Amino acid sequence: MSDDHHGSAAAIAAHVRHVEALLEERGLVDPTELDRALVAFLARSSPAGGARVVARAWSDNAFRERLLDDANAALPEMGMSMGGGLQEQRLNVVANTDTAHNVVVCTLCSCYPIALLGPSPTWYKSEAYRSRVVRDPRGVLLEFGFEPDPDVEITVWDASAESRYMVLPRRPTGTDGLDEKHLAELVTRNGLLGVAAV
Amino acid sequence: MAELFAAGDDVRTTRVDPSHHCRLPRYARGAVGTVLELQGSYRLADDSARGIPAEPEPVYTVRFQAQELFGSGNHVVTVDIWESHLAPAKGTSDER
Repeated sequence: MSDDHHGSAAAIAAHVRHVEALLEERGLVDPTELDRALVAFLARSSPAGGARVVARAWSDNAFRERLLDDANAALPEMGMSMGGGLQEQRLNVVANTDTAHNVVVCTLCSCYPIALLGPSPTWYKSEAYRSRVVRDPRGVLLEFGFEPDPDVEITVWDASAESRYMVLPRRPTGTDGLDEKHLAELVTRNGLLGVAAV
Repeated sequence: MAELFAAGDDVRTTRVDPSHHCRLPRYARGAVGTVLELQGSYRLADDSARGIPAEPEPVYTVRFQAQELFGSGNHVVTVDIWESHLAPAKGTSDER
């Protein structure tokens, strides 16, 4: 696991606690302020955010194009951002079509669009998923119960650097009459990561 | 800063295997791919993680055929790679 850039997490955590204690001691930070910020951040961040974005993209073709072209510029239209009170991260939204399917992974650790989707699922952080999905995506997807058509080209996006990735799933057939709110209810977290269809 | 590569360029990743943290995943070392898009400029974590000052440098999304990385598979893998880990491919039939 020498490749894991969270390898020294314990040392970093100790460092952060030390800095936090100093800031509180000198009255620069209210002891409850950080907790409040974290709770607020997580309250804003859940797969429902990603689902809203997808539902808008399904309903509004111009928004879909802006989202695929520059997601960071499109998100504020929905009152969302990739900042979450922290430094804003670049988001790339990759669209599934009838000939292309996208899957997201971070092979080096567990980089994930937390600001948009909330904390990542446990399997996303597992070594089994991270090491296998780049080599054998169809095998891994089958374990999720998902079998894309053999003619569909699969692209695995290794988000191990600074940018974050989210999948724009295909809109299910037979949903023409649904409004955005109901469309959003169809979108699953697994669909936003590409390990399931919607 | 000026970028060395642009979308569509064929690039070869370095074959480094350092003992310290390295942001070029092992499976993508010494491989030829195509630049898809510039992601921006960021400090190379290989250096900053060791306390070595690093200037921001371009990070590119590079697209690889699974065949090139693993010797099998018909899918595509993209990896975001710092410019320090890339060189021009100069044709894709080089020794590997």
